[in-house]
Amino acid sequence: MSTESAPGPQTGVAQDLQQGPRIAVSALVTNLREYGLVLALIAIMVFFQFTTSGTLFKPVNLSNLVQQNSFIIVMALGMLLVIVSGHIDLSVGSVAGFIGALAAMMMVIWPLGPLSNPLVVSIICLVVGGAIGAAQGYWIAYHRIPSFIVTLAGMLIFRGICQALLGGGSSVGPLPVGFKALSSGFIPDLIGPLTLIPPTVNAAGKTIVGSGLTLHLTTIVIGLVAVLAYAYFGLRARRTREKHGYEAEPFSLFVVKTLVISALALFLVYQFATYRGLPIVLMVMGVLIALFVFVTKRMTIGRRIYAMGGNAKAAQLSGIKTERLTLMVFINMGVLSALGGLIIAARLGQAVPAAGLGSELDVIAAVFIGGASAMGGVGQVIGAVVGGFIMGVMNNGMSIMGVNVDWQQVVKGLVLLGAVVFDVYNKNKA
Amino acid sequence: MASTILEMRDITKTFPGVKALSNVKLMVEEGEIHAVVGENGAGKSTLMKVLSGVYPSGTYDGQIIYRGDECHFKGIHDSERKGIVIIHQELALVPMLSIAENIFLGNEHARYGVIDWNANEARTSALLKKVGLKEDPNTLITNIGVGKQQLVEIAKALSKEVKLLILDEPTASLSEKDSQALLDLLLEFKRQGITSILISHKLNEVNRVADKVTIIRDGRTIETLAKKDISEDRIITSMVGRSLDDRYPPREPNIGETVLEVKNWSVYHPIHAERQVIKGINLNARKGEVVGIAGLMGAGRTEFAMSLFGRSYGRRITGEVFLNGKPIDVSSVSKAVEHGIAYVTEDRKTYGLNLIDHIKHNITLANLPGVSRHGVIDDLRELSVANDYRGRTNIRASSVYQMTGNLSGGNQQKVVLSKWLFANPEVLILDEPTRGIDVGAKYEIYTIIARLASEGKAIIVISSEMPELLGITDRIYVMNEGRIVGEMAASDASQEKIMRAIVRGEGKAS
Repeated sequence: MSTESAPGPQTGVAQDLQQGPRIAVSALVTNLREYGLVLALIAIMVFFQFTTSGTLFKPVNLSNLVQQNSFIIVMALGMLLVIVSGHIDLSVGSVAGFIGALAAMMMVIWPLGPLSNPLVVSIICLVVGGAIGAAQGYWIAYHRIPSFIVTLAGMLIFRGICQALLGGGSSVGPLPVGFKALSSGFIPDLIGPLTLIPPTVNAAGKTIVGSGLTLHLTTIVIGLVAVLAYAYFGLRARRTREKHGYEAEPFSLFVVKTLVISALALFLVYQFATYRGLPIVLMVMGVLIALFVFVTKRMTIGRRIYAMGGNAKAAQLSGIKTERLTLMVFINMGVLSALGGLIIAARLGQAVPAAGLGSELDVIAAVFIGGASAMGGVGQVIGAVVGGFIMGVMNNGMSIMGVNVDWQQVVKGLVLLGAVVFDVYNKNKA
Repeated sequence: MASTILEMRDITKTFPGVKALSNVKLMVEEGEIHAVVGENGAGKSTLMKVLSGVYPSGTYDGQIIYRGDECHFKGIHDSERKGIVIIHQELALVPMLSIAENIFLGNEHARYGVIDWNANEARTSALLKKVGLKEDPNTLITNIGVGKQQLVEIAKALSKEVKLLILDEPTASLSEKDSQALLDLLLEFKRQGITSILISHKLNEVNRVADKVTIIRDGRTIETLAKKDISEDRIITSMVGRSLDDRYPPREPNIGETVLEVKNWSVYHPIHAERQVIKGINLNARKGEVVGIAGLMGAGRTEFAMSLFGRSYGRRITGEVFLNGKPIDVSSVSKAVEHGIAYVTEDRKTYGLNLIDHIKHNITLANLPGVSRHGVIDDLRELSVANDYRGRTNIRASSVYQMTGNLSGGNQQKVVLSKWLFANPEVLILDEPTRGIDVGAKYEIYTIIARLASEGKAIIVISSEMPELLGITDRIYVMNEGRIVGEMAASDASQEKIMRAIVRGEGKAS
């Protein structure tokens, strides 16, 4: 049960500051789920920072972490909408593998001339992904075939096509450098690097790698702009609510929340800046996350998806075209699976038959760890993203610690179970 | 003097932020039929959940004394072992299993896990005989009607050696005839010494069978009446805390031009393609008019309304719809809504609400463009709209952020109404708008209907409660077997006249 009290002109800042800590604590408890997930991620990060003796937050490792997990998070954005609308998509790993193979064939093997340009290939691949989503969504939306079955079929079909395309067990590569930049590239430093401490030069006249301190200035600027924009929009939203006499979250909590998130973001940005700057794939991911947060929180189409997942019949009788909406959700999933496939291929530098194998399970796990309900109608984009990062950090941290891959699976399984049990327990308590 | 079988002392149960029960007392004597009445949300069902152990001992304060011992039930199993069986409003039967399988579900006659079907069937036949149900024990639940399903539930209770039978609104979805049979069965049980607690909204039923009535309001026991003191007026007064001299709000009809006109509307059954469900209906509704559609269950009223509302029911739909004299296309829900038609469903939980979302999001769902620009929702505007309608329809909730699933039936209905009011329709079709909601909330719904009519909307009310139709409408159509078999001004109409139209219509149809 929500404990929000009736909106009305109240909670002045002065009064709020006076009662600050108590209100903040109660608000924190109320929103335990929301904050709890972020706190859990931070706790996990700190844990691995210690157990890996500081390797986790090393700039090189942070870049690796982002590059290894971005495709999971990109696909989790689509999966969130699929799960919120009351469905599931088991085919995303196979579709990603197939698209990677298709991209490699177009760029490396098939004589397509100018069409084999990485950008053109990528666009074609995204369109193909959308078409795959539409084909699966068509059966689910208009013929009411359970999505579990349709996408299970899709999982088999596209893994098969992926392998056939690559001619059995072989891999296809190497992929062009321009294409690989999608995963392994960094944004260029347009403003120019800032050298704070010149690198040490050894006796042979060569600079020692990793010595000195040079900052990627563009990264710093982007980071600062993003943090300022975050704080500004947060503050503005609060102001408008207060001006119209509606209750906002306690000011003290707002400040603490904004400071913690900004500090964390700036710390990460700084780490990236000391290395080679922001990875391109992180920028892509960031833009997509912002877009999906906006769509789910603010746009009518997002609201309709939640309504459909909550009660499809009621949504339909409220004038929502549920069939078309379902189709769109699956088209979106297809496009994002294709993007995931491109990211995987770009990171490996080649297309392999097993690309993306089993990743559908990581993607689905990320969404559920993020608090989505298997019954549909409930789930947040940020939750899915944090869920994806939790999985990623655990993968990365345990690998550095030298934990056996088998046991990594066991731990991930336990975390998934634990997160959902925590959710259900919390819900029953409320 | 009969002995006390059950005493609940000072039961207090709190949920976060809400005190559902406070110091409730209930005394039931051996062998009586004890009715518990109260408005929706008064706490009746919560009290029964406390009694049956759904809310385990320790989660509430107070004492339960059953047959002289204080009981601490940890779950339903504990209370069932002592012979307390509760039959919920929503039946808990598995549709694809047989009657026998359902009756002995979880309690099968078995040896080493192997079920002895002969023993089960023999026992089932004996139990069915007791409740007067003539069905083969192997019949699937899905193939028998709701009334018979209720009897199966009771047979299941008997199989557990029930001493205290609790029925939560048992007749809510039963026809008049089935209800009578069920009440007779309760009286028969009473002769056999089984004690019953009957939770009901239907005061005439309470009047007929109950030996005592306990009235609960706002989580408190108001009073317990003995047989000689039971009267509908007395109960209503206690239930709502004020006397409802007039159950229907006064209204000055101000009727204008014809807004909606339906001509020759025919619909076929969605599965049995050759069965015609609606047979050439002609109907109209005028500005500021409240039009009723009367009829028995299965007359085709809901089917007619839903087929009209964006072809949400049936196949091969033919006929014409005119709005303000112009033909309109109502082939999809969104088109119907665009043309200003709204349909408030009879089953709000299944078709009306997103129960896992809050009031605000439910109210704006049918008119999202009304709170958004270029597909982007204006959060503040949405909030003020939600608060506005919450005030107008008097939704009782802690805020518009309360989940609709946690509201009482009457308040849920007000949320559904608000949703459609915000869509600003010209024609509002209300299907059983007061089903399963209490007297106080009913009055509020009637008031809203009257206000909408005075604002110039055309309102069509489908209802099975004839007094309600007579009380709030201006004109009544009588439907039977997919046809309009009568039309009368409400001022000339009576229950008798309506029934006669139905019966005559039946004669004509065959």
